[in-house]
Amino acid sequence: MSDKVSVYRKEHFNAAHRLNNPAWDEATNERVFGKCNNPHFHGHNYELIVKLTGIPDPATGYVYDMKKLSELIHENVIEKFDHRNLNEDTEEFKELNPSAENIAIVIYNILRKKIDAALDLHIRLYETERNFVEYPAT
Amino acid sequence: MVYITRIEHFNAAHKLYNPDWSEEKNDEVYGRCANKNWHGHNFELYVTLKGEPDPSTGFVFDVKKLSIIVKEHVIERLDHKNLNVDVDFMKGKLCSIENLVTAIWNELEPHLPAEVQLHCLKLYETPRIFVEYYGD
Repeated sequence: MSDKVSVYRKEHFNAAHRLNNPAWDEATNERVFGKCNNPHFHGHNYELIVKLTGIPDPATGYVYDMKKLSELIHENVIEKFDHRNLNEDTEEFKELNPSAENIAIVIYNILRKKIDAALDLHIRLYETERNFVEYPAT
Repeated sequence: MVYITRIEHFNAAHKLYNPDWSEEKNDEVYGRCANKNWHGHNFELYVTLKGEPDPSTGFVFDVKKLSIIVKEHVIERLDHKNLNVDVDFMKGKLCSIENLVTAIWNELEPHLPAEVQLHCLKLYETPRIFVEYYGD
């Protein structure tokens, strides 16, 4: 049996966005993205669950200090996206459609650089209570 | 007397912004909620009716019919919209949930059958923030 343990930290942010592909005409965007294409934006309460998997440190018993994990997520993700318009206010989505899938990948890439490579990182992102995505896919 | 509640939901963008104030004053009062480029929420709307169950159906009111009325007169006008820009009944109003819940009451109430009493609207902006309105 593996000694690895998964720990999870839940955080949340609120943001506006729209789904739009600038390479398509209005009718195609409307057909593919429907109400999500509203040019005046709409928005969500996003719930973010960050999962780290590794062997607990024998000295602390921790896979990762959860308080530090919370601070790391706040400084690098929540501050960037909370109460923002993802399309208008963030560098990450200037050229990238802010679908839940792409938001999860962006968050993964931001956090991956900040967390010891010995720990596995996994992102679950809820766009609504009933729609959520996971990255990397297992 | 029995209370029956139907929950509906919608997603929308908004900002809190008083056009009579300077940008600094808006920032001071509303903080991040005043972001000029909007932010957004998943809203949950609880619609509660009050009444005696009809002896022939057992219903205070058919909740399927209630859902259709709420969707037609409220949800379709709010879902995936910008509350400040796209919603006629919020024009000229500050888009706080307090103002939104009273406006929803005014839109919904006239469309409910006379035998039904609208008791309460509860509106969640986030899982931790909600308002209640009883029509008074």
